[in-house]
Amino acid sequence: MSVPSETSAASPEVTFTNVGASRWWHRGVFASQTAYVTLALIALIVIMSFASPYFLTQGNLQNVAKNFSFIAIATLGITFVIITGGIDLSVGSLMCFAAMITSMVMTSLSTPGMPLSSLFVHLAADGKTVVANVPGLILIVSVLAGLAVSLVVGLINGACVALLGLSPFVTTLGMLSIVRGLGYVVSNGKGSFPGGPDADYFYALTQGDVYGVPAPFIYLILLALVMALVLHHTAFGRHVFAIGGNEKAAELTGVSVPRVKIEVYVVGALAAGLQGIIISGWLGSAPANMATSYELNVIAAAVIGGANLAGGIGGPLGAIVGCVLLEVIRNGLVLAQVNSYWQQTLVGVIIIAAVLVDRIRARLL
Amino acid sequence: MAAAALPVLELKGLGKQFGAIRALHGVDLTIRPGEVVGLMGDNGAGKSTLVRIIAGNFPPSQGTIHFGGREVHFHRPMDSRSVGIEVVYQDLALANNLTAAANVFLGRELKRNFGPLVLLDHKGMEARALELFRELRSETRPHDLVKDMSGGQRQAVAIARTRLSNAKLVMMDEPTAAISVRQVEQVLSLIHRLKEQGIAVILISHRMPDIFAVCDRVVVMRRGEKKADKPVAETSPEEVTALITGAKEAA
Repeated sequence: MSVPSETSAASPEVTFTNVGASRWWHRGVFASQTAYVTLALIALIVIMSFASPYFLTQGNLQNVAKNFSFIAIATLGITFVIITGGIDLSVGSLMCFAAMITSMVMTSLSTPGMPLSSLFVHLAADGKTVVANVPGLILIVSVLAGLAVSLVVGLINGACVALLGLSPFVTTLGMLSIVRGLGYVVSNGKGSFPGGPDADYFYALTQGDVYGVPAPFIYLILLALVMALVLHHTAFGRHVFAIGGNEKAAELTGVSVPRVKIEVYVVGALAAGLQGIIISGWLGSAPANMATSYELNVIAAAVIGGANLAGGIGGPLGAIVGCVLLEVIRNGLVLAQVNSYWQQTLVGVIIIAAVLVDRIRARLL
Repeated sequence: MAAAALPVLELKGLGKQFGAIRALHGVDLTIRPGEVVGLMGDNGAGKSTLVRIIAGNFPPSQGTIHFGGREVHFHRPMDSRSVGIEVVYQDLALANNLTAAANVFLGRELKRNFGPLVLLDHKGMEARALELFRELRSETRPHDLVKDMSGGQRQAVAIARTRLSNAKLVMMDEPTAAISVRQVEQVLSLIHRLKEQGIAVILISHRMPDIFAVCDRVVVMRRGEKKADKPVAETSPEEVTALITGAKEAA
């Protein structure tokens, strides 16, 4: 297998006399919105480190890493949906609902006398202390319960969009309300708290750190690597991009469009559910109004990072960069003692600026 | 017609209604291996409907399709592709945000096993795509994005797709509509090469010279019905034009 080059003139070779090769900076990640938003982020970090002596302290960096990890996992998930040209507005509500289910299941299974609890706990000799039959089992079951409700919500979103042909915006707007409402129904408006013998494991896994690196940040990096592999090196990822680029073409060439669409909504919902469960560990509770309007932060971060709402473009790097940028700005405004009400205004300006700069770049280069 | 080769495709009484609209009515058509059949007709004559039924985009309302001697029922494009029917769509069905190689292999990516993982074989796909582009004499780089490509290159990508599998029938919907004179020559010589390999081709085109250059037979459709089906040697562009417009009722 010989690779043709501009210099080879052998006759059966393809020669590229009229078709120039695009320069490396016009290709791939370098030509994307993600690239210059990353540059902007680096510039911002440099400026911040000069402007505030606290910015680069370990405590502050840990704080930043933790804070952006709290929306970044959900942003990874919604990026799949956005690449197919869809949108998921139900992620904020779902974060809350999944967290609630997880803590309620955990508490319920840890309370002797509740249904099924005898399978998981027994009372110690003193008659008061609750002891787990198998340490960690309750944690696993309750987290799986939270993810299971996310799975169901994702399946319903995906089925409405892919099989019934409803608009993603309307479907997930409805689901935002449905899931938030269900959260109030099951909790009766009260918050729920992770409790029982496994609660300590739960806090260790959500608030803990490994050599100073916050646990949510580690999950984020692992999930981002998996996502990069799935998007760029599997047929599923290829089909996600193809659907966003030209849904009809994907269908005509034999891609199972409904199936891929349902899968992306499930991925988005599972990521949101996991995110919610992690947040509840950090908060120490799952209040009924938790993560209200987080869907907007998540979508904003994805879009700033370069995911295109028209579909076809996006990736894990962009999702994370978008989240980091939002958090660094928030952090910077706090360190600069700017009124925190300005934060939201600035986020809006950045969303528009990022998309605007991309438009200008596309025209100039 | 020589009975030597069994027909690759046989349509009997094919009809299609969309609500109150009769798009296709009572079409019989037989195509043998290595035959190139030109399908002509004015806009709305039912050419595209016919092609889309054969391609499995939607089922016919009446009639039967036999492919390779067996009756077939297509529900999805994959069904027709799996028996050996390839289509080059008029709008080419390309995803602009993907590379040429990715588009060629869309829906049937080459994969490799890495332990438990099944990952895309990027190198294999690019190498094969490059081979196909070379065969088509198209200056197309497999890793370039389709959105940056010229009409001819896009056409090459769409045609390269049909060469991936062992197709028995290739249908081309206006393959020469949007490309340069030199590229038209390439597409026509490609059709010749398909014919030499015994592949049947249905060519939909408005360009009379193309039809008369490569086709063995020309089929004329008008108002959803087949009005003529004769060897090109026995007809003329004037007669075909008259059949298309309805100036001549049937031949």
